[in-house]
Amino acid sequence: MKVVFAKGLLNALISILGASLIIFIISRLSGDPVSLMLPMDAPQSAIRALREELGLDRPMWEQYLIFLWKAVQGDFGQSYRWQVPALTLVFERLPATIALASAAFAFSLMLAIPLGVLSAVHRGSWIDQIGRVIAMLGQAVPSFWVGLILILVFAVELRWLPAFGAGGVQHVILPAIALGWYPVAAQTRIIRSGMLEVLESDYIRMGRAVGTPERLLIWKYAFRNALLPLVTIMGVYFASMLSGAFVVETVFAWPGLGRTVVEAVFSRDFPVVQAGVLITTILFVLSNFLVDLSYGLIDPRIRL
Amino acid sequence: MSVTSAPAPVPAVATSGVSRFTSRLRLKGAPWVPLFILAMVLVAAIGGETLTPHDPNGLNLGAAFKPPFWQAGGTSEYLLGTDNLGRDVLSRIIAGARVSAIVSLYAIVFSGAIGTMLGIIAGYFGGIIDTIIVRIAEIKMAIPGLALALIFSATMDPGLSTVIIVIVLTYWTWYARIIRSEVLSLRERDYVAFAKVAGCGSLTIFFRHLLPNIFNTLVVLMTLQVGQVILFEASLSFLGLGIQAPDTSWGLMLADARQYITYAWWGITMPGIAIMLTCLSSNLTGDWLRDLLDPKRRQL
Repeated sequence: MKVVFAKGLLNALISILGASLIIFIISRLSGDPVSLMLPMDAPQSAIRALREELGLDRPMWEQYLIFLWKAVQGDFGQSYRWQVPALTLVFERLPATIALASAAFAFSLMLAIPLGVLSAVHRGSWIDQIGRVIAMLGQAVPSFWVGLILILVFAVELRWLPAFGAGGVQHVILPAIALGWYPVAAQTRIIRSGMLEVLESDYIRMGRAVGTPERLLIWKYAFRNALLPLVTIMGVYFASMLSGAFVVETVFAWPGLGRTVVEAVFSRDFPVVQAGVLITTILFVLSNFLVDLSYGLIDPRIRL
Repeated sequence: MSVTSAPAPVPAVATSGVSRFTSRLRLKGAPWVPLFILAMVLVAAIGGETLTPHDPNGLNLGAAFKPPFWQAGGTSEYLLGTDNLGRDVLSRIIAGARVSAIVSLYAIVFSGAIGTMLGIIAGYFGGIIDTIIVRIAEIKMAIPGLALALIFSATMDPGLSTVIIVIVLTYWTWYARIIRSEVLSLRERDYVAFAKVAGCGSLTIFFRHLLPNIFNTLVVLMTLQVGQVILFEASLSFLGLGIQAPDTSWGLMLADARQYITYAWWGITMPGIAIMLTCLSSNLTGDWLRDLLDPKRRQL
């Protein structure tokens, strides 16, 4: 277990380091990073000071080390739109995004678990068909369009829920559905195939033979084992929601990290873009790492 | 029936991947509706403005916010209604098909070519080269797709070529990973070993022995990618980081129509339906091809 932990941690660190290198390289693609890092009307003295600070006269690898060293210390520069350190702003907006992603995740599981289990138990029935149609549609529509249609129906026409902003529980419902819609398809499919496999197994047949109630068989014995393949991709889907949040937060004016980064792209607030993308990446890597670790806890057979 | 007839001569086995591809391609059970929709999108993309009933960029403020023809106030002149500037929605959808087609074509060809090349190299040579390629792919996959697109858009000017570059950067790993695992098993086959013993160079082995064998997988991957590329482009354009006016794309139409959501429901509905039908069609076609050509990969 310790070896697995150390290996996973090392891999995660390498991924984050590599990602920081990619972000650094992209930020140098435009030629002069100073023009990205400072507002257009910055005075000459500020430009000169930043050039010196970034070490632009030095070789590339040295510049990367400077970037990395400052990033480790949490210094991504000042957001010139909000006049606060970029990282402070990112951490300020992050909780709203995590709240939204969690709600979306809960929504997707609430739909996928019953759908997946029932379509495996009643294979070929109408519920299986419905599951299939939802899966097909879910992967063919962009999440922002789901959001727009939800706004059109529930906010504009029916006036049940607010169209944008944050506040009470009612504000999170529509964005959570829009964000959680996409993974439903894959989750349903994974639960379904996992269930099908388990339902064929000897111990379920044995249980059935000795007269265990069907409901107990399905939900207690089969479902638990069908859960494992779902957990293995859970991290991937939670992480992909952090990425989907860029679009959905923009549609619903949700005050999270995603919208902040998108706005920063438009106001050329490069320090915020850099910090936001790197923090999203770190979250992405860490959640995958945690999922890898959790295998052993859920399935003792994998424990090493 | 006196003598048992000699077994019929075995027909020459089609050896090249392409002819095996066409021989397996049965039209029975083909998804005709999706194929028809894809054909329509292609026709719209090629025909472009010669097919549109109106100029897709023609302003006509007098005809702004006309609803679709079946609603009160709608006319058959504007079948799917008009937007805030009186531009015909149907014409703009037809014009937008071109962007979807161009982005799909370039993005798929380039990400497919780069990913396949790297996948073959990694799988065939193994060792340190494999480790490096796999590591780079892992690092790339650590950055969420849209985040990579955002940071790229912050440094480059947005537009068609930036969209294509971002999509290629995002999707090459998809090919590389799958092709690599395929090649890992192919290289252990006897005919690859024979080719090596016979003195074939690596390039010959790539093109004559490996590529034909992964051809089916490639066709399936590329078809399935169409839908993803269209969704990606729509998201980028919707955020304002993709296609820029006066060009039009379905995502951009949705971005424009968003602020008039309370007056004109058709503005956000129609382009979305175009996206949905196209993606659905390419996914269904991809599923069909996969079941037909590559039954191992049902889980893709």
